[in-house]
Amino acid sequence: MNERPDPREYLRDGPDLTGAELDRRLTETWRDAPGFIGWLCSVDHKSIGRRYLVTAIVFLSLGGILAALMRLQLSGPNHHVLSPDRYNQIFTMHGTTMMFLFAVPVMDAMAIYLVPLMIGTRNIGFPRLNAFSYWMYVAGGALLWVAFVVNVGPDAGWFSYVPLSGPQYSPGKRVDVWAQMVTFTEIAALSVAVSMTATILKQRAPGMTLARTPLFVWAMLVVSLMVIFSMPAVALASSMLMSDRLVGTHFFNTYEYGDALLWQHLFWFFGHPEVYIIFLPATGFVSEIVGAFSGRQTFGHTAIVLALSATGLLAFGLWVHHMFATGLPRMGYAFYTSASMAVAVPAGIQIFCWIATIWSGRPRFEVPLLWVVGFIVTFVIGGLTGVMLASVPLDLQVHDTYFVVAHFHYVLIGGAVFPLLGAITYWFPKMTGRMMSESIGRWQFWLSFVSFQVAFFPMHILGIEGMPRRVYTYPASMGWGTLNLLSSLGAVLFAVSVVVFVINMIVSLRSGARAPANPWNAPGLEWATSSPPEPYNFAHIPVVRDSTPLWSPELTFARGLRVEDRELVMTTVLEAKPDLREPSAQPTIWPLVAAAATTVVFIATMFTPWALAIGALPVAVALTAWFWPKDRGPEGEPVID
Amino acid sequence: MATSADPRPSFSTDLEPLPTHAFGHRSLTWWGIIAFFLIEGTAFVLAIAAYFYILDKEQAWPPPPFPPPTMLAGTLFTVLLLLSEIPNTLVKLAAETHDLPRVRRLLVIISLIGAVLMVLRGFELNSLNVLWYQNAYGSAVWMLMVLHTTHIATDWFDTLVLTALMHTDHGGEGRRFVDCSENAIYWRFVWLIWLPIYAMVYWLPRLV
Repeated sequence: MNERPDPREYLRDGPDLTGAELDRRLTETWRDAPGFIGWLCSVDHKSIGRRYLVTAIVFLSLGGILAALMRLQLSGPNHHVLSPDRYNQIFTMHGTTMMFLFAVPVMDAMAIYLVPLMIGTRNIGFPRLNAFSYWMYVAGGALLWVAFVVNVGPDAGWFSYVPLSGPQYSPGKRVDVWAQMVTFTEIAALSVAVSMTATILKQRAPGMTLARTPLFVWAMLVVSLMVIFSMPAVALASSMLMSDRLVGTHFFNTYEYGDALLWQHLFWFFGHPEVYIIFLPATGFVSEIVGAFSGRQTFGHTAIVLALSATGLLAFGLWVHHMFATGLPRMGYAFYTSASMAVAVPAGIQIFCWIATIWSGRPRFEVPLLWVVGFIVTFVIGGLTGVMLASVPLDLQVHDTYFVVAHFHYVLIGGAVFPLLGAITYWFPKMTGRMMSESIGRWQFWLSFVSFQVAFFPMHILGIEGMPRRVYTYPASMGWGTLNLLSSLGAVLFAVSVVVFVINMIVSLRSGARAPANPWNAPGLEWATSSPPEPYNFAHIPVVRDSTPLWSPELTFARGLRVEDRELVMTTVLEAKPDLREPSAQPTIWPLVAAAATTVVFIATMFTPWALAIGALPVAVALTAWFWPKDRGPEGEPVID
Repeated sequence: MATSADPRPSFSTDLEPLPTHAFGHRSLTWWGIIAFFLIEGTAFVLAIAAYFYILDKEQAWPPPPFPPPTMLAGTLFTVLLLLSEIPNTLVKLAAETHDLPRVRRLLVIISLIGAVLMVLRGFELNSLNVLWYQNAYGSAVWMLMVLHTTHIATDWFDTLVLTALMHTDHGGEGRRFVDCSENAIYWRFVWLIWLPIYAMVYWLPRLV
């Protein structure tokens, strides 16, 4: 250590090193290596976030094609476009793809890209873990879809209830593919959650106290904690299911004193929080958009944070409302009904805060705010049917009918996809340096909004008329044909609107108007750097004095981070006082190698449990290489003499 | 509006005097480790809940004709695991005072203890008196044992790698001492989690 230079000799940003010279040096330090290998090795949160986003949109398209096939099949009675077996695979694949491969990952995508920019840091914490999560996600998605293409697509529904999914009623590998895909995506989501939690708690810019932290970042902190507490449930459940199927355990086998309902408890202990894991980031988008387009700080910052936290807590207390039809003690019914209804309170608080923001501000109804309005209308309808379903007598009547299908599409598409489309429109200029077309955006919003209602509102009525979920066809005498046809027409138009959105993205990427650093005059730190941001995000780390830093008269900066090494500032958890300078990991191929080795193990364990023992070795080697320090690192400054 | 690309930014804070590593909650990796505790802890809590759920469905625990697990190997394992906290605490203290020779010696001792624990665990698995496919009781017991074996094997491997690392040139770096301190925290979690599992696998079948 003696040969290291004196700390004072390191190049640091500051008044003496700023502007073009600083840009050149920081770019050299933070950019990915050129070429395909450099691309594979990237640990830049912006690259990983973009990849996540593009991949999630690909899975959205695949899931959407399956939806279109189902609507084609159901558009009239006695259709035989799809066989019953193919239909089972398709509705399972649709739900599984949309929940595990689109909805959760797309929210992660936005957060991975945006959170480090919003809190004013140069990269996400644990960037290699973040890169690893992406490769695991892609591998899980590829496993599911390759299996489907070769007719091994899972067919027991997206929640794979036993005993249907058990060894007796689902021989073959279809359910194993589902269970293992779950393992892949859970590892990916948990990895992101760990990175996100640490980043948000430790890497906020100096002065960004928890009270000044942007609402989207707050939403992601709550969501990350929810992922941490809920996803182990489904990972455990799917491992138990696989071991029942492969090595003859009896967790869910009633004949050997296992229990089928244990599956439902474990699955929904994950599955219900999952809904809020998808919904809360969307409320974060809405809070950001509403503030920026109303020209004022979002009303009720503290109330919204408390509402987010309350939703996160309540989400763990109402999983049994998915199981009302299994029979419960009276007290159980009462408890889970009240918990389910109670969650409407924090949701309502957020909605009133957003309305108050628009009401008391100077709203500009540009495309992102249109999506917010569309969201509020649609989500309130979905929320109200949710309160209806919390009531046991009503739930028992419409359980497993199209009423439930209508409800969750209103809350998931209205509650999460609408804000997502608004958010993509809002942050597209930051990500690409180009504006999306405003005129196409307006047309597309109205097409989406109206066609969505046409597609999904009739399903409420179909459900009340008794049409069950997951039937591949129905006889003409049931009288469901007209509403199903209407629904299918709406679905076609909705699919067209999503295609228009993607075309708008692609066209704008090539020829959209150039975006300045802050095209919407928004207050958040992500707009304090160029569009798109340089590899190092911020030339100097901003110092925050309130929750709308770019609307302050002057933004000041911190100096003193090293320029020739990847260095981050760690701040204290509550007050965000500068505390440490820590290095940030260099790009490396090992997360990809570790993900590849893990993929081989996971796929092989579908065939033999020995793969777990043998395959652990290459995984261990890859992880060791990943963590082993390659050089003295940016730390360099000796602390022991 | 000011951006960081302004030609003349104004500076209000100096980061240069900050240290480059710290122990405990000031370190980023400490938060990562806490997050992994929560993930693994949740998995264990749910596995324990599943065990009780299955217990509730059985007529007797263990269901006849299976005897409860034989105590010897599991109890020896538990005693040694608890004793391992002594060198574990010492290595944590040594790391936090940057005492490299002491860290190196203690890590070797902990690695050896880990090896003995793995052997004892092998004997334990052989003394459960039930196999995972014989009934749901066996499945539940093996679930807990496999989860904890994965846990301890992972941390033992982690300790081996760290021991090797601390014997290289990297050993003198401040952040490597933080790694040692955090590995020690992890080891505590491994034995803490074992205590309820030990009670459930070995004592509960003798009490209910």
